[in-house]
Amino acid sequence: MAVGAEAIFGESLITTKLDSAIAWARESSMWPYIFGTACCAIEFMSVASSKYDISRFGAEVVRFSPRQADLLIIAGTISYKQAPILKKIYDQMSEPKWVISAGACACSGGFYDNYTTMQGIDSIIPVDVYVAGCPPRPEAFLDALLEIQKIQASQSLLEDRAKRVFKGVLGA
Amino acid sequence: MPKAFKALFQEHYRVDSNGAFVLPKELILQALQLLFEKDDYTFLVDMTAVDYLHQKNQPERFAIIYILRDQHFQNLITLKTYIDSSLATQSITSLFKSANWAEREIWDQYGIHFKNHPNLKRILNHKEFVGHPLRKDYPITQGQLCHKSDDLMDEMTPRLKTKGYSSQEELMFLNLGPAHPASHGTIRTFVALDGENITCAVSEIGYLHRGFEKSCENHTYNQIIPYTDRLNYCSAILNNIGFAHAVEGILGVDLPERAKFIRVIIGELSRIIDHLVCLAAILVDMGALTNYWYLYNPREKVYDLLSKLTGARLTNSYMRIGGMSHDLYDGFEHDLSVCLKEIEQGVGETLKLIEHNRIFHDRTQNVGIITKEDAINRGLSGPNLRASGIAYDLRVTAPYYHYETFDFDIALGSVGDVYDRMMVRFEEIRQSTRIIHQAMQRLPEGPICVQDHAISLPSKKEVYSNIEGLMNQFKLIYEGVKVPPMEYYRAIEGANGELGFFIISDGSGTPYKVKVRPPCFYAMAAYPRIIEGSMIADAVLTLGSLNIIAGELDR
Repeated sequence: MAVGAEAIFGESLITTKLDSAIAWARESSMWPYIFGTACCAIEFMSVASSKYDISRFGAEVVRFSPRQADLLIIAGTISYKQAPILKKIYDQMSEPKWVISAGACACSGGFYDNYTTMQGIDSIIPVDVYVAGCPPRPEAFLDALLEIQKIQASQSLLEDRAKRVFKGVLGA
Repeated sequence: MPKAFKALFQEHYRVDSNGAFVLPKELILQALQLLFEKDDYTFLVDMTAVDYLHQKNQPERFAIIYILRDQHFQNLITLKTYIDSSLATQSITSLFKSANWAEREIWDQYGIHFKNHPNLKRILNHKEFVGHPLRKDYPITQGQLCHKSDDLMDEMTPRLKTKGYSSQEELMFLNLGPAHPASHGTIRTFVALDGENITCAVSEIGYLHRGFEKSCENHTYNQIIPYTDRLNYCSAILNNIGFAHAVEGILGVDLPERAKFIRVIIGELSRIIDHLVCLAAILVDMGALTNYWYLYNPREKVYDLLSKLTGARLTNSYMRIGGMSHDLYDGFEHDLSVCLKEIEQGVGETLKLIEHNRIFHDRTQNVGIITKEDAINRGLSGPNLRASGIAYDLRVTAPYYHYETFDFDIALGSVGDVYDRMMVRFEEIRQSTRIIHQAMQRLPEGPICVQDHAISLPSKKEVYSNIEGLMNQFKLIYEGVKVPPMEYYRAIEGANGELGFFIISDGSGTPYKVKVRPPCFYAMAAYPRIIEGSMIADAVLTLGSLNIIAGELDR
């Protein structure tokens, strides 16, 4: 027996724009690569656990392979030593891809204003959504996810994201 | 006491004002050997260097500090040696395997060379880094870009030779980390594989090095407390307590009774949630996902309680020098008992699923074994050491906050494998619950901070109604708690083991130097040797069972 949309619409046709259909598909099935390094990653574990339940947003398929992911969540401090690895992983992800910078450290270095901490990951990779907090509460992660969904809904398929010009400090 | 050492080196050492034995650097190796063999000081707690650039009356700019414990873990001895302008001294790796990484860290951070060290190279900073950041003349904000990671072949090749591999063609090389689903967080292990078997392994750390120790040098003591939260972020409050405890030791203050009991209650609660995360994560590594919900959901309950109590879920910053930020709230006892019940239920249900499970037993028993002698020599502590059968728990061997009056048992293993390390943690959760129940019953009324205007902030009523109170608040916030000059080490039993802080104060509100003794650092140093010869899937479980937390590992 059919369930969900199939049950309502039966075998009838639905007409829509290709743009909205694909945007709808994208925003309901994100596969996040969680680049968790520190405290924020522990909070992300809470987002994945049953109380906050990231799967309500269709984004529970957490992948640790850049080839299989379309959403990069940087949760934690990025040191200069870690930066080339982060850049490599971002580069290996195929388009279309989005980036959430979660927590004070990833956004700005946080209160680690010293010789080892990168003062914001946006100097090496482009960021779509910034999340405040040290670490952010799980609700803030979910809020960022909703923001990404808005971006996905607003962007046309015709827009070639791969051609965005971004050259970070580690860029060739 | 170190009788043999005192008898033989009487003419060579002097005891400085901090109680450290100062020896010429030529004699350090001999002295440590004597302490090791005759006086049974077999546990190298930590070693670090000091840069005395801004301190007058020191014979040389650099010194190295060695801290050791005896075989009963009760007596602590500190050795100190000054380093002349050659900036070199002897390595003690022939005595203590744990000194290997400790010496590399000193070389990396201070640029002091160790002769006969097997592989002296950078450990926390990247290989392109120029200079030594913990030197006082290194500017704190001067970051250096890294373009390429270390391939680690300089460590791997000699290691392969010792195992009899002349060519590398028959092996496959694989990086586990620093971003890998099976290695938690930022930990990197480079392995040489023969099929599924690990023939050689080399670990590299420093991917989460956040400059904690340098940051301590331009913050006041109370400002450092949020930084300690982020050392071991699974049990932030225990790290708060550890740091405050060390500073209070220098100040020579005794906490009010209520503060001590609150620290015991909240500290044990943190230990429980730390163990819960460790066990939940390792069970996921094993493919047992259901247990993750059983163990993690009670932890969410504890987070709710901590949010109510401190205003933050994970990084609570609840402690202050001389007490804590505020008292328990009304209804705390009820919330706590609900949490403990849920934890008990979660642990019970998890054990029901695994204790008779064949897969669980096969995958954990006799896997990743650390022997007693090796564990001590490599500087392991906490549950990882107790799993090898050594009854070392600072709450018992060197009690603080009245731990000697609580009725609880040390959980011990016998084999030192993954199974033991997990079961010790399960048992410790139960023991911590016992301690919390007893402490709640004995919790006295009274102040939660020392009543000393030089240490604790005045009440808000004082601040808003009279000028002395206002000035007192300003002075303490702007200048910090003034801590008398001293070099001092004090430790507590953290969730992962001996969590100590070596602090050098210079009389101002900011420490001159802070060195953390992170339990993970030594566990991680031991890790590649433990997994050599085992299967790659076992290496994943071994890592999980050691509970490596990158925040305190790299600082």
